[in-house]
Amino acid sequence: MSRSAALGRVPVRLIAPAALAVAFLLLPLVSLLVHTPWTRLVSELGTGAVRDALLLSLETSALAMVVAAVLGTPLAWLLARVSFPGHSLLRLLVTVPLVLPPVVAGVALLTALGRQGLLGQPLFNGFGITVGFTTVAVVIAHAFVALPFYVISVEGALRAADPEYDVVAATLGADRWTVFHRVTLPLALPGVFAGLVLGWARSLGEFGATITFAGNFRGTTQTLPLLVYQRLQADQDAAIAVSVILLATSLLVLALLRERWFTTAVQQ
Amino acid sequence: MRPVRPIAAAVAAALLALLAGCATNGSATTGSRHHAGTLTVLAAASLTESFTDLAHAFEKQHPGVHVRLSFDSSATLAEQITQGAPADVLATADTRTMHTVVAAHDTAAAPRLFATNTLVLVVPKRNPGDIETFADIEKPGVSYVMCVPSAPCGALTRQELAADHVTAKPASQEVDVKAVLTKVSLGQADAGFVYATDADSAQDKVEVLPIPNSAKFVNQYPIVAIKGSDRPDLARAWVDLVLSDRGQKVLADYGFGSP
Repeated sequence: MSRSAALGRVPVRLIAPAALAVAFLLLPLVSLLVHTPWTRLVSELGTGAVRDALLLSLETSALAMVVAAVLGTPLAWLLARVSFPGHSLLRLLVTVPLVLPPVVAGVALLTALGRQGLLGQPLFNGFGITVGFTTVAVVIAHAFVALPFYVISVEGALRAADPEYDVVAATLGADRWTVFHRVTLPLALPGVFAGLVLGWARSLGEFGATITFAGNFRGTTQTLPLLVYQRLQADQDAAIAVSVILLATSLLVLALLRERWFTTAVQQ
Repeated sequence: MRPVRPIAAAVAAALLALLAGCATNGSATTGSRHHAGTLTVLAAASLTESFTDLAHAFEKQHPGVHVRLSFDSSATLAEQITQGAPADVLATADTRTMHTVVAAHDTAAAPRLFATNTLVLVVPKRNPGDIETFADIEKPGVSYVMCVPSAPCGALTRQELAADHVTAKPASQEVDVKAVLTKVSLGQADAGFVYATDADSAQDKVEVLPIPNSAKFVNQYPIVAIKGSDRPDLARAWVDLVLSDRGQKVLADYGFGSP
């Protein structure tokens, strides 16, 4: 209180653009709600296509986060705690998908895992395995775009956690693995959850890589964003209704996670 | 005050540049590179090759005029126009999608039919699904792709599948016919339903199989000038070119039928 009093009044030239930013961010969301045909919303929720897409979206984004946690946590630790030659190059490479347009990510995945792809061709010719057009392809696309978000977030949390605790644990006789899962990881837990939420949100909204790499079919690869796009071609009201369902889903899950995980994680 | 000025000026300049960019896109003709103007043509994805050719011819006929082409699913284009997207001419792959634009009173005249198209089944050259006839798409393990039913090619595919009593489900419903063709020519899908004209455009990558009832299912392509166009004269000229002998010959060269 006293500090802000000492700093004086909040300047208008900061308030005005900030207010503009808020308006800019909220206007499209408010218009979406204004245009929502609420009766359609209820009937859309009852349709099989929406239920299938909703379940698939929740399932694939959750699985993508399992992949992110299992593979991304060690990678984040490596980047935050170990120095080795090529460290900054590796960090750069890992973050490339962050700036990659999603459609390009989809094309890249096709060239890697498509039937004529670098890895996809031997998989198909040798074992008859096709990844495209399956739910696995959706999870791969989601994990590909969301993993960097997770890694960066966890790496930041690990860097912020004091490495002195690691050293103390080590001097007390703990080996590096024990230090990681008994000291380092618990300390970085809020960052891990933040990374999961960030990656999950990115994954839930994923469109370009999914439609390019995994295709679009109800029940197997049609996630909510793909359904929104398809509905937009034929019936705008239905598209808006499905958009609101998608929006509500992400807000609901974020709110629940905030309640349950963030508070406990911070308290630890 | 002083240190803020240059930043404010930079921000203002950036905003202005953005707005100017939007305006150029928005009104199609005002901010264009040429004084003679720009013609914006929205066309079904299956018209990609033929309309690109015609655009070159049109630009030769009208020196200084720039033709801007946008290819997408007809359903998407129709939606864009009813939402007020700036366009001078719309050509769709069926009358159903065109009707939504006519119903929204966005057309300057009655649409004219200028081409027809039928469906074929394409398989990748190496034929990973070992598909010899149309009936083979019912074999277990075969993955075939089609357009979403909201797109004209998807609506037509659905009718044909029903007429031929095909019960096997597609592996994917792609947003437009070019996406279907891509999935097949990449060998990602075993087979796909595309227009005869699209199969022509990818002869080196795909093999064409006839569909038993395809002659019964023909898509009619309508074209229309859009109301509120800045250059109704150019829009009419484009429609005339497409309907002219010259335009019809280009379309026929790409495998379209005449209406």
